[in-house]
Amino acid sequence: MASRTPRRLLALTGVIGLALTAAACGGGTTAKDNLDKPECVAFKDYSGIAGKTVSIYASIRDTEADLLRQSWKEFENCTGAKISYEGTGEFETQINVRVDGGRAPDIAFIPQPGLIEKFVNSGKLKAASDKTKTTATANYSPDWLKYATFNGTLYGAPLGSNVKSFVWYSPKTFKDKGWKIPETWDELIALSNTIAATGTKPWCAGIESGVATGWPATDWIEDVLLRDQGPDVYDQWVTHKIPFNDPKIVSATERVGTILKNANYVNGGIGDVKSIATTSFQEGGLPVVSGKCAMHRQASFYANQWPQGTKVAEDGDVFAFYFPAIDPSKKPVLGAGEFTVTFADRPEVQAVQAYLASEHHANSRAKLGNWVSANKKLDLTNVANPIDKKSVEILQDTKTVFRFDGSDLMPSGVGAGSFWKGMTDWITGKSTKETLDFIESSWK
Amino acid sequence: MSFDMAVEGPKLMMLVYGIIAFLGIIGLLLLALDRVSTRKDRWIALGFLAPAGVLLVIGLIIPLFRTILFSFMNADSTRFVGLENYLWMFTRPENQEVLFNTLLWVVLVPSLATSVGLLYAVLVDRAKLEGLAKSLIFMPMAISFVGAGIIWKFVYAYRSEEAGEQLGLLNQMMVWLGGAPQNWLLTEGLNTLLLVVVMIWIQAGFAMVVLSAAIKAIPGEIVEAARIDGVTAWQMFWRVTVPSIRPALLVVLVTISIATLKAFDIVRTMTNGNFKTGVLAFEMYNQAFVALDNGTGSALAVFIFVLVTPIVFYQVRQIRRRRQEAM
Repeated sequence: MASRTPRRLLALTGVIGLALTAAACGGGTTAKDNLDKPECVAFKDYSGIAGKTVSIYASIRDTEADLLRQSWKEFENCTGAKISYEGTGEFETQINVRVDGGRAPDIAFIPQPGLIEKFVNSGKLKAASDKTKTTATANYSPDWLKYATFNGTLYGAPLGSNVKSFVWYSPKTFKDKGWKIPETWDELIALSNTIAATGTKPWCAGIESGVATGWPATDWIEDVLLRDQGPDVYDQWVTHKIPFNDPKIVSATERVGTILKNANYVNGGIGDVKSIATTSFQEGGLPVVSGKCAMHRQASFYANQWPQGTKVAEDGDVFAFYFPAIDPSKKPVLGAGEFTVTFADRPEVQAVQAYLASEHHANSRAKLGNWVSANKKLDLTNVANPIDKKSVEILQDTKTVFRFDGSDLMPSGVGAGSFWKGMTDWITGKSTKETLDFIESSWK
Repeated sequence: MSFDMAVEGPKLMMLVYGIIAFLGIIGLLLLALDRVSTRKDRWIALGFLAPAGVLLVIGLIIPLFRTILFSFMNADSTRFVGLENYLWMFTRPENQEVLFNTLLWVVLVPSLATSVGLLYAVLVDRAKLEGLAKSLIFMPMAISFVGAGIIWKFVYAYRSEEAGEQLGLLNQMMVWLGGAPQNWLLTEGLNTLLLVVVMIWIQAGFAMVVLSAAIKAIPGEIVEAARIDGVTAWQMFWRVTVPSIRPALLVVLVTISIATLKAFDIVRTMTNGNFKTGVLAFEMYNQAFVALDNGTGSALAVFIFVLVTPIVFYQVRQIRRRRQEAM
């Protein structure tokens, strides 16, 4: 029976291994905060959480994630708490998997109010603490907070934001040709006609975006609906109080069509109307640099898409102007952003949530660059990048009527399904009526 | 992004724990089996089957029943809705499109890929440089579906004439031949066929290798006897080669059929199911993980399962029959 010995040995190693595993799980550390130090005076409200760890899960990755980690470093040093951040490219899918699997993070940055509502309804989210509520109410407009408020309870505060109501253009080309930045919808169309008459197609666009193909076109509809029908109709539309194929929505969609489906207007430097559907959103605006296209409507974050060496500034190679309103006395703005919500209500989790809503964090993050926040106490001098500065100015303007990206508010079957697909079909030739009927019929 | 030990550390520890736990379980199992008298073969068999059995139940059987259950429930699986998801699947026009496309894929890919593979195998059989010729056709097999999708997306890429130089090979050829560039992936009807071509491109190599091996295994006497009887090349192919390699042909057809029913990557990479190119497996992913509708996603998954089952069943029966013949 010589073969028995190695078998026994193997079994023994296995058992020892298991024992070791159990041992490794125990243990812990004690830590102290540094709140009595002079540089930590701003954090004196967050005492008693030293040595605790708070996990955050979000879609922000790579460089942007490093900047975030840096932005709360001071908080960690002073309070002694540790924030363990994890970013993922598959956030929308994975957050469901993790919550359903009982491995929910303490805090998540969720960019879709629709998803927040889903977690609220399934009882997974904790209401924001009083401290978070006070901080958030002081720092953010009700327009923003209502997207994280369900049944009268606030669940989180906004973190980063972006402004979508921008038209990118080349200041150089505009200056050379003597074109003026339009301030009303009529001026915008008049300018488009002037440009089209010179033989250049004034607009370029691209809505291909992998599994999310179609979303840039949904932004167009939302942005124009805000202008064509106003914020009240917009709210009724995203909550399905009026049907998706309501005449008011038809009117807004037709208005988008006067640009996006106008063969004289698009697709500058790329091709015909249909080419919008196969051009990636990243490439959709690039002809602006080469002068083959004059205008490209896209969010503030498009600043990162320009080729290396392109100067993004009012006197540079590219910049953006506010997508004009039809009635110039109004200033509707479409945007999006993420909200910090909590799946746990331990004191350290609530402290981190409150801190992230504070002006201290907003400024600390903004100083590191590449950041827009709707935080009213964000100091403009801390925002270096010109397009970020312009975005913050728009968000802080008291005349601004802000509305959140509608497709993020609708049920995901519509907002991340039939709306995207419908708009893609609309670009490639489907009629407005057929398209809107299709989307309406998919809203369960 | 650089490898950050602090971030990846816990994952590595999980891996280590996993391995230790695995070794531990196997060790305990061996220890336990050692104590049982070796005469009880049944116990030994059970002992060794149990881990696989448990994993199968956790990983396959339970999810199967859960999916079937979900397919009769609403989007977040909180309420029964009866057959609503199945009605949705068969009555909505955009889903009928998907079903039709899937049918097109299942009819075209296995038959064409197998035909191309077989033809090629016969043509290069015993030819000069057979090895080289075969590796050329086999090479796409080594490319992932996503990789193939990206490659062919470039082949079909479109730039309008005003935008200047063509990026895509196909359109550049059109231009050389004096035609106008086309936005191929947008051309409804044709685009599905263009995606099918990609799948055939990948699968033909597999068919060719298996069939070529089968052809080489045909006993020399049969071929010789046929030659003495004076067959033409045509008769040789249909009366000798094809009947002799029938089992291999079936295996190839079945394997490719199943792969085709599960085709997802090519559609997702190339068109994202837009422009009327969606297929079942892609739509299933879309419903379950993008639109976050467990109900419709599960219904589609169940339907794919129902379609694959008879094929698998048939193949298992074939294998059993052959084994009995061999005995």
